[in-house]
Amino acid sequence: MSFLLVQALSGLATAATLFLVSSGLTIVFGVTRIVNFAHGSFYMVGAYAGWSLIERFGGTPAGFWGSVTAAALAMGVLGAAMEIGLLRRLYRSPELFQLLGTFGVVLVVQDLTAWAWGPEDLLGRRAPGLKGSIDILDQPFPLYDLVLIGLGPLVLGLLWLLFNRTRWGTLVRAATQDREMASALGVDPARLFTGVLFLGCALAGLGGALQVPREAVTLQMDMAIVVEAFVVVVVGGMGSLAGAFLASLLIGQLQAFGILVFPQITLVLVFLFMAVVLVLRPHGLLGRAEEVPPTAPATVTVPLSTGGHTGSWALALLALLAAVPLVAGDYALILLTEVVILALFAASLHLLIGLGGLVSFGHAAWFGLGAYGSALLVKHMGAPMPLALAGAPVLAGLGALVAGWFCVRRSGLYFAMLTLAFAQIAWSIAFQWYAVTGGDNGILGVWPSSWAAGKAAYYWLTLALCGGTLWLLRRAAFAPFGYALRAGRDSGLRAESVGIDVRRFQWMAFVLAGSAAGLAGGLYAFAKGSVFPTLLAVPQSVDALVMVLMGGIQTVAGPLAGAVVFHLLKSEVMSLTDWWRLVLGLIIVALVLVFPRGIVGFLSGLRSSFVRRRA
Amino acid sequence: MSKLPMSKLVVRDLQRSFGGVQAVGGVSFTLRSGDLLALIGPNGAGKSTCFNLLNGQLRPDSGSVRLDGTELVGLPPRRIWALGVGRTFQITATFASMTVAENVQMVLLSRARRLFGLWRPAALQFREPALALLERVGMAAQADRPCGVLAYGDVKRVELAMALASEPTVLLMDEPTAGMAPAERLALMELTAELVRERGLAVLFTEHDMDAVFGHATRVLVLDRGRLIAEGSPDQVRADPRVQSVYLGGEA
Repeated sequence: MSFLLVQALSGLATAATLFLVSSGLTIVFGVTRIVNFAHGSFYMVGAYAGWSLIERFGGTPAGFWGSVTAAALAMGVLGAAMEIGLLRRLYRSPELFQLLGTFGVVLVVQDLTAWAWGPEDLLGRRAPGLKGSIDILDQPFPLYDLVLIGLGPLVLGLLWLLFNRTRWGTLVRAATQDREMASALGVDPARLFTGVLFLGCALAGLGGALQVPREAVTLQMDMAIVVEAFVVVVVGGMGSLAGAFLASLLIGQLQAFGILVFPQITLVLVFLFMAVVLVLRPHGLLGRAEEVPPTAPATVTVPLSTGGHTGSWALALLALLAAVPLVAGDYALILLTEVVILALFAASLHLLIGLGGLVSFGHAAWFGLGAYGSALLVKHMGAPMPLALAGAPVLAGLGALVAGWFCVRRSGLYFAMLTLAFAQIAWSIAFQWYAVTGGDNGILGVWPSSWAAGKAAYYWLTLALCGGTLWLLRRAAFAPFGYALRAGRDSGLRAESVGIDVRRFQWMAFVLAGSAAGLAGGLYAFAKGSVFPTLLAVPQSVDALVMVLMGGIQTVAGPLAGAVVFHLLKSEVMSLTDWWRLVLGLIIVALVLVFPRGIVGFLSGLRSSFVRRRA
Repeated sequence: MSKLPMSKLVVRDLQRSFGGVQAVGGVSFTLRSGDLLALIGPNGAGKSTCFNLLNGQLRPDSGSVRLDGTELVGLPPRRIWALGVGRTFQITATFASMTVAENVQMVLLSRARRLFGLWRPAALQFREPALALLERVGMAAQADRPCGVLAYGDVKRVELAMALASEPTVLLMDEPTAGMAPAERLALMELTAELVRERGLAVLFTEHDMDAVFGHATRVLVLDRGRLIAEGSPDQVRADPRVQSVYLGGEA
């Protein structure tokens, strides 16, 4: 009994931190409508800054709490700077650009943090005066955690006062409900938004700095917390403070007790919880339908070009690619094999984004599932390569069939969050289920059959399988199936009123895209000889998005070009430097800033200004 | 009209509230083949809500809508469409990324249950019948333009072609001529009236333009604050003092 009580209390302490961070995320979202991927970065840097300050000044209670406050305020300033430098230019962009742009910041901050504080985990000193523990029903419980438990409701109360008893808070609430109206009333939205970012990021920094006495400060804190905060915000209802509080409490308890019952799949539990909540209460526990307005479509509305001679061009390109082994060395072949695989991966994502308008933030799930499917078939069943390769799209397709059923029920940001959640489920299974997947160590020794072991032979195999699948995807895009998908994207209302079951087409597209990504994953496993959980992680999903974005959403051939440019950039340019995250992050930020309305928006803008100049 | 016209759509006591505000309160009427029935009323009278209840986009709190005796309440829009109820929207809704012809081809493909095809290009299927329909509404010359760049009145005509493509027996048109020039309005209403005569179509339409209503409708329904206050021939409705005070008097 007393053990359960202590477990519940430690769940409450977790919930307090979770609430601090997610309250900031939800406030920022409520006003700016941007889901800030970089929110976890402020938490992480807050922890690092807090660690440095506490090492220097944290000997006394005043010094300790002063350090925590200073770290939080510093993060607020950084957040305001990010609003002025980046977010301000993204408010009117499609959500894909907002998520990607802030993810670029994540990468940049990761490298800058590693540069400033070094790669080692840092252990901070304990809070002065709160080092011990007290006995609760004969079980020891850390005093510091007790303080944290009190801090959650305290912050909720202070935020409530801020939003309900101050002029500034009233203006923020007005802007949350109706941005246009607020600016019509003479509120300067720019200053308001900067202030909101200051508040939100200070809360994240506070959460981070408060962690210093509890756990090691690491470079992995950012992604871990931001994904959990996403779950809290989505479960609670996007933009709802009380919802974030309630969801934090529930998820804190879920984690505290989940670890007792299912120690292997604690992470899975959280995401499963979110998926179930979203299906039962589509707008979260305390969210309202109008909290999330329809966002700008990430896609363009010009007819896809069939390209008169595409077929002959494709054949010529294929012949050219097939002839490469006659002249190229092993290294070039390895690189080219990877490019071809990634082209299929990117094209499969393009099917969802370009045709369906469905921005998936977890497409790596299917790539990784295919890779793991092949590797597991080889490792545990001794399957030959052809069978293992055939298993990859099947397994990924089955996974996408289950996840897709949930995901296509929602659109826009919720769809992105759901796909992210399922990718995290897949990732945590690969990461936590040690006995089967090898966890962190991955699965090694996944080599091709002897007939395909040569670099040229495997390259030809990859080219044939990927080329064939790409051709099928292209046919599907221009067949009635692809048109029905676009019809649902262009106008769901009209599509439903002429007999098109939009959801069913989206679900089918999800499965099709998942299977194609799975095949790419299977080929990748044999190309590399090994699989690791990173294949299913968020950065892998983002890579695919960047490839699609680089190539341009408007053409079916776009993702192929994007894959070539991106992979060569990543393997050739970024391998020259240890700071590849910094470089990649800056590239992503530049991409979304230069093309804030999408690449086609950019092109049509160029064209119309050209026309104006001639007139 | 010597034969007894067939009752296509029978609406009985349709009700729908939004958060305590009754938008449609007990509306009943009958739509027969060959009818060009106008539903008019001041802004906020509940006309669009009424339409959304009829085509399944909204579910009524109570009441019944029967098409040739089949209950429609509770069916999703695409099922109601499949039973023969076409619809055009007040705010135009077409597939902006497709050409005019492809928009119509999509409806034809959907009607033929060929949407799940993964192989043959959609643009090559049902092109001739699509062009014939576009010819009928005067849009054949623009068949290969992207729908996203059309003038508003042209989009309305494409919508009509899309609605006709499924060979409906009932057509619901929400403000079919809104945003059109007077000459265009006249042409579209004449076309609609022609279709009603030719195919025995049953049309229900809402309209703000009184010339369109009183010049073409065979019967007129007047809705005010969610309730029908008058029904009859255009002349009867025009002469009705309640209509004059509530609608014509209030608005004019």
